[in-house]
Amino acid sequence: MGLVTEPRAMTEPRASASGRENFPVLDQRVHGKPLVYLDNAATTQKPQMVLDAMNQFYQVDNSNIHRGVHELSERSTRHYEEARVKIQRFINAADWREIIFVRGATEGINLVAYTYGRRHVQAGDEIVISAMEHHSNIVPWQILCEEKQAILRIAPINQRGELLLDEFEKLLGPRTKLVSVVHVSNALGTINPVAEIARMAHRHGAPVFIDGAQAVAHMKVDVQALDCDFYALSGHKMFGPTGIGVLYGKAALLNKMPPYQGGGDMISSVTFAKTTYNDLPYKFEAGTPNIAGTIGLGAAVDYINEIGLDRIQAYEHELLAYGTAQLERIPGLRLIGTAREKASVLSFVLEGVHPHDVGTILDREGVAVRTGHHCAQPVLEWFGVPATTRASLAFYNTRQDIDALVAGIYKVKEIFGCGAGSQPARDSQSRQEVSS
Amino acid sequence: MLDDLYQEVILDHTRRPRNFHQMPDATRQAEGYNPLCGDKLKLFVKLDGETIADISFVGAGCAISTSSASLMTETVKGKSRQEAVQIMERFHDLLTTEKPAAANIGKLTVFSGVREFPARVKCATLAWHTLKSALTDAAEVASTE
Repeated sequence: MGLVTEPRAMTEPRASASGRENFPVLDQRVHGKPLVYLDNAATTQKPQMVLDAMNQFYQVDNSNIHRGVHELSERSTRHYEEARVKIQRFINAADWREIIFVRGATEGINLVAYTYGRRHVQAGDEIVISAMEHHSNIVPWQILCEEKQAILRIAPINQRGELLLDEFEKLLGPRTKLVSVVHVSNALGTINPVAEIARMAHRHGAPVFIDGAQAVAHMKVDVQALDCDFYALSGHKMFGPTGIGVLYGKAALLNKMPPYQGGGDMISSVTFAKTTYNDLPYKFEAGTPNIAGTIGLGAAVDYINEIGLDRIQAYEHELLAYGTAQLERIPGLRLIGTAREKASVLSFVLEGVHPHDVGTILDREGVAVRTGHHCAQPVLEWFGVPATTRASLAFYNTRQDIDALVAGIYKVKEIFGCGAGSQPARDSQSRQEVSS
Repeated sequence: MLDDLYQEVILDHTRRPRNFHQMPDATRQAEGYNPLCGDKLKLFVKLDGETIADISFVGAGCAISTSSASLMTETVKGKSRQEAVQIMERFHDLLTTEKPAAANIGKLTVFSGVREFPARVKCATLAWHTLKSALTDAAEVASTE
């Protein structure tokens, strides 16, 4: 049963919360088979501890924050702000005021595009991203570039799915106003050398945004060590609830940025003549926030800390190596994304079978995977495939889960009588007509 | 249940799709796209008056969308535009309602198993959406969304 069954010396009740059995959703059968959940890059499951924390809020403490003088409001405010400090420590931010709660990494990117981007990017300026970005780290910059007549530059990758650092550096120059790259690619699993990327960008005077949505559940992140200027994460990809995420930004930059949305909580005083904005982080938190979600996220941080990211990383590394070896043995299977520094993701295509069919058949075997372009169409186009099947791991997955995946793939091959790869050449040509 | 979905006829048309080529002298063309899974196809129709004199397609897609396009071309070739639209409606009913399979759709009944896989209905209907836009000469790419 992998990482989570290791006997623990701790005796406090919460210590057992690191067990797979503490994820209620994992304990079910799907189509008559035990659920094998391998879609963690889409969203992770939630431990009972996170569910309890949110329940506790609604059942016992529910109140609005930052305004009431009554007991419930004080409790809610305290728990909300405690979650902020938990996140601050989790990513080692220098100050709690640098932690801004947003809906998710996507909103974090949009916030910076709309505020920092609109203020600092002018016609002819350049923004640099990588070829492996999720749509959420492409489209906000496209919108900004279109509005400002700025230019979006794309740093290329190699056949393994690794960023070409030399080529990346060549794109940097006096017109570079921002660099935004993903920490861990959701489609390939590539871990980017983000500290090196930040050093390069800073040499050219450009701040760096790191999309950490796929990173924080799998490795220790230290935003000060990385020296990134912005970092975004999504709660639901780190065992927390949906609808809550974090934007980290260096205070010096955040202070110079205009507000994102106007409303309550983000002001110090309002008159019809003049409104004074609140201080960080509240300047960027207009309206009543997702209080329960924030508290749930705080519980998820506690949960991860109890297990320890070092252990998680070591365990997942071993599991990924096992999964890679097992998949590579399957005839006709090609892994998409074979970076030397890689986390969590096993993305592949199977000769002669479309990923959508693979996904349907695996589902009937109880194995949940993602199929499609994973909101990263450009990178899949680069690999020459319209879609892949993606199995993505979390620490609660086991070798048995990988074995179930492999058995499911052989079931696919059985149904499709592979090789279905024996299609006539004419067909292969026609197949490329509109996909190219 | 998987056997109901991946019937031999469907697998056969996936491996060896019929009418699978370009048609330079087509009078109508349309492209179909399923953004969910990236399936794309291009449909060529040669209309002779109101009759679909010839029809073909190219593209890349899953077994359900490829075989559906292949069987669609076989089914509607030689039919009138109006007949094709009627078959399309009956096919849609087959995929989405509990009604017994309607008459006159021939081999298309092999897709009745798709009903049990709601996520795959769009795969089966992509070619038909594309045919509709080819026949109505809609300028936009047909989408399943």
